[in-house]
Amino acid sequence: MLKINELHARVEEKDILKGINLEVNAGEVHAIMGPNGSGKSTLASVIAGKEEFEVTKGSVVLNGEDLEDAAPEERAHKGVFLSFQYPVEIPGVSVTNFMKTAINESRKARGLKDMPANEMLKLIREKSEMLEIDRRFLSRSLNEGFSGGEKKRNEIFQMAMLEPKLAILDETDSGLDIDALRIVANGVNKLRSKDNAIIVITHYQRLLEYIVPDFVHVLHNGKIVKSGGKELALELEEKGYDWIKNEAVV
Amino acid sequence: MAFENNVDIDHPIHDVRTEAIKNFEEKGFPSKKDEAWKYTSLNSLRNTDFSIFPKEANALEYKDVKKYFLHEIDTYKIVFIDGIYSSFLSETTHDGVDICLMSSALTKPMYKQVMDVYFNKAASKDESLTSLNTAFSREGAYIYIPKNKMPKKPVEIIHFATGNEASLLLQPRNLIIAEENAELQVIERHQSLTANEVLTNSVTEIFAAKNAIVDYYKVQNDSSKASLIDNTYIQQKDTSVVKVHTFSFGGKLTRNNLNFYQNGQHIDSTMKGVTILGEKQHVDHHTLVHHIEPNCESHQDYKGIYGENATGVFNGKIVVDKIAQKTNAFQQNNNILVSDKATINTKPQLEIFADDVKCSHGCTIGQLDEDALFYLQSRGIPQKEARALMMYAFANNVLESVRIPELKTRINKLIAKKLGVNLGFDL
Repeated sequence: MLKINELHARVEEKDILKGINLEVNAGEVHAIMGPNGSGKSTLASVIAGKEEFEVTKGSVVLNGEDLEDAAPEERAHKGVFLSFQYPVEIPGVSVTNFMKTAINESRKARGLKDMPANEMLKLIREKSEMLEIDRRFLSRSLNEGFSGGEKKRNEIFQMAMLEPKLAILDETDSGLDIDALRIVANGVNKLRSKDNAIIVITHYQRLLEYIVPDFVHVLHNGKIVKSGGKELALELEEKGYDWIKNEAVV
Repeated sequence: MAFENNVDIDHPIHDVRTEAIKNFEEKGFPSKKDEAWKYTSLNSLRNTDFSIFPKEANALEYKDVKKYFLHEIDTYKIVFIDGIYSSFLSETTHDGVDICLMSSALTKPMYKQVMDVYFNKAASKDESLTSLNTAFSREGAYIYIPKNKMPKKPVEIIHFATGNEASLLLQPRNLIIAEENAELQVIERHQSLTANEVLTNSVTEIFAAKNAIVDYYKVQNDSSKASLIDNTYIQQKDTSVVKVHTFSFGGKLTRNNLNFYQNGQHIDSTMKGVTILGEKQHVDHHTLVHHIEPNCESHQDYKGIYGENATGVFNGKIVVDKIAQKTNAFQQNNNILVSDKATINTKPQLEIFADDVKCSHGCTIGQLDEDALFYLQSRGIPQKEARALMMYAFANNVLESVRIPELKTRINKLIAKKLGVNLGFDL
């Protein structure tokens, strides 16, 4: 599904990604871990098409298609979804209206008509129940005054609504208490299928107890320095990142 | 003057007019040398030969102008065509409240007592364009809400300009009085239906007595040949609440002189505005709040979005007299420039003579936040729509206090139209 080849990216003359290689197949969950500043969030933003980052070398290929020239919205239409670490507040635009716009823009891009109102309402009801989201929450302005937990749950709600092929969850566990974490993780697990893939970016192993990955990669200094199965996350939890850093130097 | 044929020259108004003419002759049109007109030039208007009084009344069909009314709900309507009252398009009342015409109020003996107390008492005697209006205006809206009364529905004051006069100067004069504990909602609109030049020099006096509540909405979405100089003077008494919302979405040149005078305690004065301009349009918001007595509040929140070659001015003056202790005065002016050629001049002007007050002011000029834009795009919303959503969000808190839901919907639609997007739902 996703093939990242020798990807280099920089922002404001500073090289951040220095040759990433990663292959993610449908049905898989990959975790990308690493210390602060290793390039995790940059990788997520580059896959989603943030223009601030300049790709200097390499490629991101989704289902055989090079995404180099695709705008963020075009990537979304092709099935890429990024759950933000810091979702943006949009006063005056309700969660429901925002989702209507997002879904219908994607449909428009695929040559489909707007989703009929009753179908939209049904979808909203279904997905909000799945994530234990109160209906009143949906008429509130997007992310405005939301708690950290509400913002993250809302991100996963959007993921559920948009049904992406490739979902990247950037630090979805940060700022969540254990109950919120469980609800969010359960939601993500329900969205797992053989047709989609998920990349979980996290600093800590905690989230991976709930969303169990097939593969774990360690990012350090803009490169994947170690890959393994889910047990690698436990090892990192136990030993910290220092041994990886040292190993990388050698 | 022709209009004096209708007026009793023994009426006190005659003296008021004579004084006003004198003041205007002395001062003339303001120029850029006047500090208050530094960023707004009236040159192009001064060089136009405007006709002051239309030769004949024009007629309009309701179906042709329906869209300018808030037709989704029932309203009282005071409608003028080229400055002349249109009884056909209007719906006035004398049922417990007076919602009618300035010309009646000025000439009929039954209104004399009220006119003696209120007419020209809030308006500036010094400001030349206000004097010009005082001298020559002969028509406008007269609204009198007695103690404890509230009209059954909002009042719309609409001025249409038609194409029959080459260049038309309109000078409406409104007097609005809400007595003790009265409540009132007014929507004012000036609409040109012609490709010819129109200049409106409007004066509105609003008096809010003790505990009165007045909501006043100015909808400015006029053609690119129409200019408006709006002079609004508001006198408030104890515990009254007056809110003025100004929506500036179009017009060639718009100058809003909005003046609040707090003659009492525990008064709340609110000024809010959304400005969205493009082309070569110009808007100048000049606000004044004069805190004369202690324990009062004022709130100002103006949001501006300027594109293409549009220019904007915000000048917010707050005066707090020495005895006006415990004043809370807030002022906020935020602007987004969406084009390299658009400009905004924003200036707070605080004159505070009391020592126990809370005054805050802030102005910002910026561009759209790139991170927020990326967030919206990453959800599949194209850049143009994403930008529009963000601009809407930026202006949104000004709309929260609009208390007529149908008007709020209308404004939202105007904003969406102005931003050139269809977001698939009504904003």
